[in-house]
Order: sequence, then structure tokens, then C-alpha cells
Amino acid sequence: MAAVGAGAIVGTAGCSSTNDGGSGDGTGGNGTDGGNSAESVGVAGETLTLTTTTSTYDTGLLDAIHPDFEEMYGVTVDAVAQGTGAALETARNGDSDIVMVHARGLEDEFMRNGYGINRRDLMFNDFVIVGPESDPAGIGGTGSATEALTTIAEAEATFVSRGDNSGTHTKELNLWDAAGTDPGGDWYQETGTGMGEALNIANQQGAYTLSDRGTYISQRSEIDLTILVQGPIEGGPEILANPYGVMAVNPGVHENANYDLAMAYIGWITSPGVQEAIAEYQVNGEQLFFPEAVSEDPDFQQYVPEGWSSDDSDA
Amino acid sequence: MPLEPVAQLAPALLDSGAGPAASLLGASFREGYVGSIIAVSLYVSLTAVALSTLVSVPAAVAIGLAEFPGKGFVKSVVNTGMGFPSVVVGLVVLFAVSNQGPLGSLELIFTREAMIMSQFVLATPPITAISLAAVSGVDDGVRDAARVLGGTRIDVALVVIKEAKYGIATAVLAGFGRAVSEVGSVLIVGGNITSADGISKTRTLTTAIQLEARQGRYETAMVLGAVLVALVLTVNAIVVRFGDRGVA
Repeated sequence: MAAVGAGAIVGTAGCSSTNDGGSGDGTGGNGTDGGNSAESVGVAGETLTLTTTTSTYDTGLLDAIHPDFEEMYGVTVDAVAQGTGAALETARNGDSDIVMVHARGLEDEFMRNGYGINRRDLMFNDFVIVGPESDPAGIGGTGSATEALTTIAEAEATFVSRGDNSGTHTKELNLWDAAGTDPGGDWYQETGTGMGEALNIANQQGAYTLSDRGTYISQRSEIDLTILVQGPIEGGPEILANPYGVMAVNPGVHENANYDLAMAYIGWITSPGVQEAIAEYQVNGEQLFFPEAVSEDPDFQQYVPEGWSSDDSDA
Repeated sequence: MPLEPVAQLAPALLDSGAGPAASLLGASFREGYVGSIIAVSLYVSLTAVALSTLVSVPAAVAIGLAEFPGKGFVKSVVNTGMGFPSVVVGLVVLFAVSNQGPLGSLELIFTREAMIMSQFVLATPPITAISLAAVSGVDDGVRDAARVLGGTRIDVALVVIKEAKYGIATAVLAGFGRAVSEVGSVLIVGGNITSADGISKTRTLTTAIQLEARQGRYETAMVLGAVLVALVLTVNAIVVRFGDRGVA
């Protein structure tokens, strides 16, 4: 019995080729009919490895829009859901072709170190501060995120932190920084988990936490937490904005990165048709992501590290 | 019986036979999703365990039958291997198969082959250690009789394996249990990938459970856990049966 297994490991590298895979409900026909026939495209059959965040993956957005791209180019997209920090690290090691993340500071560092190129603003949603209905620290109605955090810290009300170097964790640390508070003590709990788990832990402990709106909405029916401080989408402070960016891995650093396909993906996902599909994607009847790639006005800052100018010494 | 077809057949049988569990899963998942993760789980773990067995059993017999200085030390090294944390094994395999690592040019990262590698590393120590215990437990008289009857070293080894077959079967099952139930290393080196239409590429039952739990869907996570237990139970039953009917 054992002897047979040895042969099986070889020759099964290709995964079940299902190019005809049903999913006829893709975002379909977005205007341009160039390159519809997969045979004519040189990338057909290739695989694009995309490392991304748990928030884009767990909300189901990528599974909803990717069939369109896969059909158009005859390729497969392997989406690996990690935190923003891990997604960038995987790309840094040359193990992915493209990253879609949401922590501008980390993205900028990634670009400055030469790993990422051709960054585009993709879409945004926002962060919200959620907590139990009883709101023991009394932050409900606070218009300022930093003030709310300071109040939680002063009341020593339990706060659940992602603690996993994700985009949301990075945002949370920036908020504490901006609030001038150094969180610590029994009330501040670093969980080292994904957003969904962190929401569950906060739910069970009657604790506060910072969540992206998308994950909160997709999980709201299972938990008793309520939004206490709104993000900018619902008129809250701009500091809670949650912009997503997409970047190709620099083929000059990692020559085996699938740069052609990565750029095709960036072109596709920032196209008007797909941006519209992102806007139309709903969970529980609510829009989760707001496209921002298509604009009449130029936005040069999306291509370079924030605040970069050609006078910079590290240009 | 090549493994891949078996791995693809098994979930179909399971899906039709699982009754309420299957219909509950069908309600929460897309068609083919659960079947495909079961197939990947079986394919990866069975292949890893088969390869481990090929290495471990001869190694255990060789160590068990030989007398050499440092034998006790070798045994403790093997026993220590049973305690390797799967996450650490995953990290080591990641470093090996990553683009920057020694096997980088093979492009194994985020593939089932990389997952097989890490489960191979995880399954080999328990299979070796338990087989070694079984081989050591074979009565010296059996060995001597085989030798006296003019058996070559291979003959003696085969006789010993035959005598220790229940222990070796237990060893293989322990290795399979370790491989199919670990989540740390397959998550790191496999990436928990499905295609957009919900067919698993490198998602196993364990990483699917982890994904469900991450999103707070504890019920579906529990159901997948029950599927995993059923799967292990089935494999155990098959092996035990196979052992009883075996060429005794």
C-alpha cells in the first residue's frame, strides 16, 4: 500500500483545470470586448498569487469579482488571506505577485524598499469603534475617535486589540498614538487573531474593539456589539478612513514575479466596470467597499509613498 | 490503487453518506466546496503518511534489529521529533520552499506538494518511534528462529515486520492522525487557497475550520470538525480491517 503512494506525489502538480467552471453570474461584460478569447492571450493558464488581508477575503468580495478576471485572461487567481503585515512579508520574500492591503504606512515602506511598484488606490471603507450596548465607558455619541479611546483607557474598560500587525492593528496603534495614550494593563487585551475572531472575543467579554466596517457588517447578525463611534462613511472623523491599495511586486527585485499578469490585474480591478462591481457588492443588504480608482482629477500621491516629492533625498 | 483517484472518490461517498451533516453543510457552502477540501485533506495526508511509512518502517526495523553504540540516543532523538510543533515545522518548510530558500526555484510555495513535505516531517517521528517500539517488542526467539532457518537479513526483517504488524499499523494511524489534524504548518505553506468558485486548492478540513472560526461561524466550524473526526474514524476502521484480514 505504501509503495503506491510514492508515484502519486509526482505528476499531480496541476490543479483540477476547470476553466469552464459555471459561475455565469460573474460581473460580466464590462464594456471592453478586446481580448475576450483566452487563446489569444499569452498569459492563459498562468497563476497569479495575490496576498491580501482577511477583510477583503472574509467579506467574500474577491470570490465575487475574480471569476470575471479569470475568465477574461484564462488564468487562476490564488488569493491568500493574511494580515497586511504578513501579506507584505510574503511579497517581500518573492512568494506572491501582487498585494492588496490597507495600511498606507506599511505600503509606503514596502515601496521605498523597492519591493512594490505601480501602486494604485483601489477602494475604501472605514473603521468603526464597536462595543457592548451598555457602553460602560460611555463613549457613545463621541465624535472623535481619539477622545473615545482616551475615555476607554481612563475607564479601564476592556478593549480587544488585534495585536497581529494587520492593517486594522496598525490603524489602532496610530489612533492610540494620536490620542497620546499608551494602552496597557489588564483591560487591554492583545488577541493576535483575525478581525472576525477579535469581534467574537470582544462580544463574549463585553469589550470594545476597532473593526473595519465590512467585517463588522458581515458578522453583525451573530454578535451583540454595536457601533459607538462611526467612521467617515457615516459622517464620523476622517481619521477612521480605511483605504485599500493594490501594488505589483517589483520584477527588478524578484525576477520570477508574474509582473505582466499583476499589471493586468491592476488594470482590470481599477477599470470602471470592476470598480462598479465593487460598489455593487453587498452583504446583508449593505455596501461594504467604496471604489476610488476612477477619478477625473489626477491623484499623483497614490503612486508614491505619502508625502514623497522628487526633492526627497531617498528618491 | 493510486491515491489521487481514491482521494477524489472518498468525499463523494462521504457526502452522500453523511446525511444531516451533509445537508447542513450544503446549506452554508457552495456546491463541491466540502468535497474538495476533504479531497485535499485526504490527498495531502495520505500521501505524506505513505511516504513517511516508506522511510519510517525500514528505519525502525534497521534501528530495532541492529545493536550499536548510541542507539539510546537515536531513540531519544526520534522521540523528541514527536513533539515538533507543527507551526515550527511549517516555518522551516516555508523557508525551504520560499522563493528565497534553497528549493525556491521549484516554486512549491502555496502548493499541495509543500503541504505534503511539512506533513511528512510531522508524521515521520511518530511512525518511526511507535514502529520501533513494536519491532523492539518482537520476541527474540522469532528473530533467532528465522536466522537459524537460514534466512537472510531481509528475511529476518520481513518476519519481524510481520510479527509487529499491529504495532506498525498503530504507528501509521498515529502518523495519519497527526498529519490530518494539524493546522499550523499547512496554513503557512499551503496558504488556505480556494478558487473563486469555491473549489479547494490548498484548503484542508483543518484550515477550513480555522477560517470559519476566524469569522465567528462556530456552528459550521463544528460541523467541519465532525466531518474530520468521521474521516479519521473511517480511515482507522479501514486500516484495522485491513490488518485483521491481512496475510496472517
